[in-house]
Amino acid sequence: MCTNKKYTLSDEIVDYINECLVKEHPESYLIAILHKVQGIYGFLSEIHLDEVAHLLQVPTANVYGVATFYHYFRLKPRGQFAISVCMGTACFVKGADSVLTSFKSELGIDMGETTSDGLFSLEGTRCIGVCALAPVVTINDRVYSNVVSQQVSQILNEIKAAERV
Amino acid sequence: MKYINAVIDGLSVSVEEGKTIMEAADSIGSHVPRLCFHPVLSTEGACRICVVDVEGYNNHLPACATKLQDGMIITTNSPSLRETRRDLVELLLDNHPKNCLTCERDGNCELQNLSYKLGVRERLFEGWRKEFKFDDSNVSVLRDAEKCILCKRCVRVCSEIQGVHNLSQMYRGVKTVVSPAFMAPMDESVCIKCGQCINVCPTAAFIERDETDKVWNAINDPNKFVVVQTAPAIRSAIGEGWDMPYSTSWTGKTVAALRRLGFDAVFDTDFTADLTIMEESHELMERLKSGENLPMITSCSPGWINFVEHFYPELLPNVSTCKSPMQMLSTLAKTYYAEKTHRDPKDIYVVAVMPCVAKKFEAKRPEHYSPNGYPYTDAVITTRELIWMIKAYGIDFVKLHEDEFDVPLGTSSGAGDIFGATGGVMEAALRTAYEKITGESIENLTFTEVRAVEGLREATIDIKGTLVNVAVANGLNNAKIILEKVKSGEKQFHLIEIMACPGGCVNGGGQPIPHVNKFIYPLDKDLVKKRQQALYSIDEAKTLRKSHENPAILELYKEFLEAPGSHIAHELLHTTYSEKSPKGIK
Repeated sequence: MCTNKKYTLSDEIVDYINECLVKEHPESYLIAILHKVQGIYGFLSEIHLDEVAHLLQVPTANVYGVATFYHYFRLKPRGQFAISVCMGTACFVKGADSVLTSFKSELGIDMGETTSDGLFSLEGTRCIGVCALAPVVTINDRVYSNVVSQQVSQILNEIKAAERV
Repeated sequence: MKYINAVIDGLSVSVEEGKTIMEAADSIGSHVPRLCFHPVLSTEGACRICVVDVEGYNNHLPACATKLQDGMIITTNSPSLRETRRDLVELLLDNHPKNCLTCERDGNCELQNLSYKLGVRERLFEGWRKEFKFDDSNVSVLRDAEKCILCKRCVRVCSEIQGVHNLSQMYRGVKTVVSPAFMAPMDESVCIKCGQCINVCPTAAFIERDETDKVWNAINDPNKFVVVQTAPAIRSAIGEGWDMPYSTSWTGKTVAALRRLGFDAVFDTDFTADLTIMEESHELMERLKSGENLPMITSCSPGWINFVEHFYPELLPNVSTCKSPMQMLSTLAKTYYAEKTHRDPKDIYVVAVMPCVAKKFEAKRPEHYSPNGYPYTDAVITTRELIWMIKAYGIDFVKLHEDEFDVPLGTSSGAGDIFGATGGVMEAALRTAYEKITGESIENLTFTEVRAVEGLREATIDIKGTLVNVAVANGLNNAKIILEKVKSGEKQFHLIEIMACPGGCVNGGGQPIPHVNKFIYPLDKDLVKKRQQALYSIDEAKTLRKSHENPAILELYKEFLEAPGSHIAHELLHTTYSEKSPKGIK
């Protein structure tokens, strides 16, 4: 298949969309396709969404409507370090919102955003099930427990320092 | 046909199966308040203003989206229903700018009208208000998302009628916003600038770019010779601005009003509609002879041109190279007319009154600038903008006498008048082509087979043994059907007329929006028919009904253009097209 020349999407995805096209109601596979794209690239870029629209022949505005409707889909690349602040009930009552505020002001970004150097991205998450350690923050695979807002700059500095080495 | 029997507000009703509660209630004069509903578009059920009570149901039901069932006992009015409706409108108002007095739709806004009717006299809720940047990137259509109430009429018209699918709802909950893909500015989207979103919007979330200030300034500039031209469709609808009867044309009064506004010369786009027919029929005969680039597709509608450039660039060679009548007139005003009256074209300012917002974009296309760097058309105003100007000037349109267009760019045949109705260009072209091909005078001038309120018509015209396959489409979803047939080769057409707007120019994106209290919605088939009828009546009343018999056209060729398709005609009256991005999805 020579489609890879025309598209920046991987052959795997292009092939999958072509499989969908011969099925009944191909447009109903849109969400499944977007999951695959995000699975491979980590987020949904405008160029990829546009290519999905053209390959699947679903209007680009509709594809973007779906991509923005579901919280699961990311429209911006994740940072090298993905910070998730648990906003579950236990974490929240123990001050997760002030922890989140500290991350926002320290990084200068809002929830769902990534710092311009691509190092950090920030999001709030639902309960991750370790309420005994509340408030909990995860950064990639590492879990930080009993976090208070005063710790935030120290956590970030440690990561930055480690990166510089 | 099965009939459904029910009781609404104590009255028995019997309507055909499949009708909604709203339709049944309308039939007995119970007009349930409504907002997102539009009779020509699909049912959305987004606003919930039209809620009613049905015995046996615990919740209010939306009348627009609930089918009438046998034995239903319905109440359209109760204190609880009225309170619910009023609360819903109050919540919409809370999230809406408070600048009604300076809003383009002041006095003709469905939200404002509903708020008044439902008795909202104070604003009780103060909460979070959405904030969006005003999108004025586009030459034709401006978007004010803060005024949007999320009824999705624009989304529906853009997809269901125009097949453009430029708009969709983005994000969710309180952050929901209607926008082109990627929240892109309108100018960087697949918008074809037809302006039907403006026509169906209940508020002013979509409006045209107002160019009246430019026009006032030109009129008041003593160094400018200001020429105005009016499209055929204006005369069929301008009277609506003063509640004058439908199905009537107001040509003479329009000319009188324009003259009183201070325009130096008042010309008729109908004149160049006749000229378009001369050039287009010549082009068609050449293509029939060579067999190349058939079918030929008309090029008058700038919304259609934008559509073909974004969506069907592979068919661009099939589009007639003729400029639109507006551009032909503007070009002639700054060449032929300038020469004839010994004026410097730079001192001539051409204003076009159009039923269309895409014309504003067309006028600014680089193809429509003179080699000396000035645009042929300086400003385009819509029928709506002209109505404001006339009212602002203090002219009582109703009392005006009938005036005549100036010569020579104001003489037209009836064939030019019908350009404003779908099928009109085709009919005008057939009148001329028939006589050119056969060399005989045509007896029956009306080609009813190409007249249509519905969106699509195909016909085979027998021109003394020469069979010409024609098609007429209005509304771009209908055009797609024909274009796909052309691409697949399923049917061999010779000539296709495409108008972007449903019903043709009479229902263009710049036409008057009927007052909210009339319950007549733009796109209403009956309204379209009445405006079309106004144009057909002008044609029928004229003795001059064929473009190629227009004496002013014949003189123009003799004095200036030589012959249809001549070198100079090509230079001045023809244009080029190019593929545009982003590419649309068919």
